[in-house]
Amino acid sequence: MSTAPTAEVVRREENYLNVSYGIRSWLLTTDHKRIALLYLASVTVFFFLGGVFAVLIRLNLFTPTGDLVSAATYNKLFTMHGVVMIFFFLIPSIPAVLGNFLIPLMIGAKDLAFPRLNLASWYLFNMGGLIVLYSILSGGIDTGWTFYTPFSSVYSNTHVVSTIFGIFIAGFSSILTGLNFIVTIHTMRAPGMTWFRLPLFVWTHYATSLIFVLGTPVIAITLALVAAERLFHLGIFNPALGGDPLLFQHLFWFYSHPAVYIMVLPAMGVTTELITTFARKKLFGYSFVAAASLAIAVIGFLVWGHHMFVAGQSAYAAMIFSLLSYLVAIPSAVKVFNWTATLYKGSVSWATPMLYGLGFIGLFVMGGLTGLFLAALGVDVHVHDTYFVVAHFHYIMVGGAVMGYLGGLHYWWPKISGRLYPEALARFAAIVLFIGFNLTFFPQFILGYLGMPRRYHAYPPEFQVLNVLSTAGASILAIGYLLPMAYFIWSMRYGPAAGPNPWPATGLEWLTPSPPPPHNFDETPTVTWEPYDFPNRPDLKYPSPVVAVRQLGPTPQEE
Amino acid sequence: MSEAHSALAEQFRDLEQQREVASLGMWVFLVTEIMFFGGLFLAYAVARFLHPEAFAEASHHLNVALGGINTAVLIASSLTMALAVHAAQVGQRRALMGFLTLTAALGCVFLLIKGIEYADKFQHHLVPGSAFSFAGPEARPAELFFSLYFAMTGLHALHMVIGVGVVVVLLVRAWKGRYSVQYHIPIEVAGLYWHFVDIIWIFLFPLLYLIDIHH
Ligand SMILES: [Cu+2]
Repeated sequence: MSTAPTAEVVRREENYLNVSYGIRSWLLTTDHKRIALLYLASVTVFFFLGGVFAVLIRLNLFTPTGDLVSAATYNKLFTMHGVVMIFFFLIPSIPAVLGNFLIPLMIGAKDLAFPRLNLASWYLFNMGGLIVLYSILSGGIDTGWTFYTPFSSVYSNTHVVSTIFGIFIAGFSSILTGLNFIVTIHTMRAPGMTWFRLPLFVWTHYATSLIFVLGTPVIAITLALVAAERLFHLGIFNPALGGDPLLFQHLFWFYSHPAVYIMVLPAMGVTTELITTFARKKLFGYSFVAAASLAIAVIGFLVWGHHMFVAGQSAYAAMIFSLLSYLVAIPSAVKVFNWTATLYKGSVSWATPMLYGLGFIGLFVMGGLTGLFLAALGVDVHVHDTYFVVAHFHYIMVGGAVMGYLGGLHYWWPKISGRLYPEALARFAAIVLFIGFNLTFFPQFILGYLGMPRRYHAYPPEFQVLNVLSTAGASILAIGYLLPMAYFIWSMRYGPAAGPNPWPATGLEWLTPSPPPPHNFDETPTVTWEPYDFPNRPDLKYPSPVVAVRQLGPTPQEE
Repeated sequence: MSEAHSALAEQFRDLEQQREVASLGMWVFLVTEIMFFGGLFLAYAVARFLHPEAFAEASHHLNVALGGINTAVLIASSLTMALAVHAAQVGQRRALMGFLTLTAALGCVFLLIKGIEYADKFQHHLVPGSAFSFAGPEARPAELFFSLYFAMTGLHALHMVIGVGVVVVLLVRAWKGRYSVQYHIPIEVAGLYWHFVDIIWIFLFPLLYLIDIHH
């Protein structure tokens, strides 16, 4: 064991990890914390699968002639990259892993409202994933992750039906997770945990769950109708029968625009926690940040038409959708403003999670502002379907959602595993990620502005320099993703013990031991304090002994 | 009381909280169902707006008498389901079992009649696909109408099948004496689902069968 004077000795207390052993105790668990770890394993597998497709795409674009794969294979690569990353990594990542683990802890409950449903949703997710995996292995799919009709419903000769079936099944896991969160947050809060004492992480998950519950059924029925067109010759999107292929786009984006907020709202929740904890300040404008989360979820349902500016919808509809898209930027800007105001005159420390939190803000602002370019009708006609769009949504989804996810994983890793990760290496990885990310995607803004269309497997030679930069960035990015995976696994065995509250932070989850006992709290906590109230919490000594040792002295495990 | 306590799952403080959770859970689930069917209702609205004459004409090929009988059957089943919930609330086990049996039976009658209608459509080549045939210039949009007919009533029938299955499970559990005045939330929650599925049909019937009833 560690000999550092301040690091706690790992005690053999009963916790959710050591309470029982064996594969059955994991596969049949109803403990939300174990289910969160099951999800962590699943989404990590899908992240690397989607990453492999990304690497192949970038390698192919290394040369203007697209020498690596044929055009048909390239179509399949970007489709499968999108399908796997969106439906099987980004959407479940923060809610199903961190949300699952933390929401009951944060509100002082023993578990989610429906623990067995929670486990069922993990099985549904994997079933859907396996079906998609089968579609990939048996030849793949080439429609783009957007499945536009009539190409997907009539012409494509790839595995559309089985892919759709897999997404359909996984959709139910989203719905069940959202339902579980909504009911839990409404009914399972500990005494004294009022709505306005909830951590913002919980608020953003509440807003995300609304989208899960209201949006996912629509994409489910829409994709089911595409499958029914292929299987049973129903003609709802088929112009040959008088059906309407544009109706598909309306229904698809009715879900898939809000789905962006499924990915980014939880990351905003993570960032809010990180910013207050590492600025040691009460969050500026708590109720505004909470309300902005709900506003984003609600207004997000009214802007889908901005994906269809050049698809033939009426000019008046396009103008209204453009206006509403500008409107949804306001609550996002409110959040950025509040984060900045929280940092102002705070005692900011540069722990790894904070680097991710600040990285999130910077990249999200880039992604958000370029989103306003795209919401403007005239500019959109110019850059529609170019790499500008690709760069924009990767800034939101990878720069925003994945940064938030990794920041959250680092921040709560001591709670999840009971161990600390190596701080210096983790900071290095965060910086590598930030550089790699920008090198990968910033050139794509320029490429798109200059007119390089997305989804083409070859391009004119004058675009090569920027494409090579992007590919080089992607390889740096890949290293940045592999590092945390390696040191997280390392820390599970060799990391020093974290203690209950290493940062220290104010949430209820930090009052219970790390890792938490099977039922989270030895007795149900009663909340009598306001959220993020650092000035009035003298019990939170800062810097905490554990972190101080790690940041100033030799790390304990090196002694 | 001890019997009621064994029905309390470990994550809850008391039966009251458990009740609240179950009923809110079902309401949220029904919201997802509304969005699920909502996509189809929107598709129906768009298609009918594009092809009003074809929809009126195609609608004449549905059997209004059978559809009307089925509507009556479902309304009756909603009544028996409501009576089952009441029987559970006042703790009348035999009445509960009787009404659950009636509800499941009426659900089966509905599905049987629906099956007869489907068979009839197959015989008259009104099922979308290469065998579809429909006289007149509106044949293609008529096929669209039948696409929607099968998608909407098929999805509804699937919900009926699930509903009958749920009611049968509740019946077995009621027979085993699982429910009491203190603990009968599964019956109430299943009742919500059953009424919801009925209401979907109340919308489907006029939209599909009664488009142009006077001609
Ligand atoms: Cu959008």
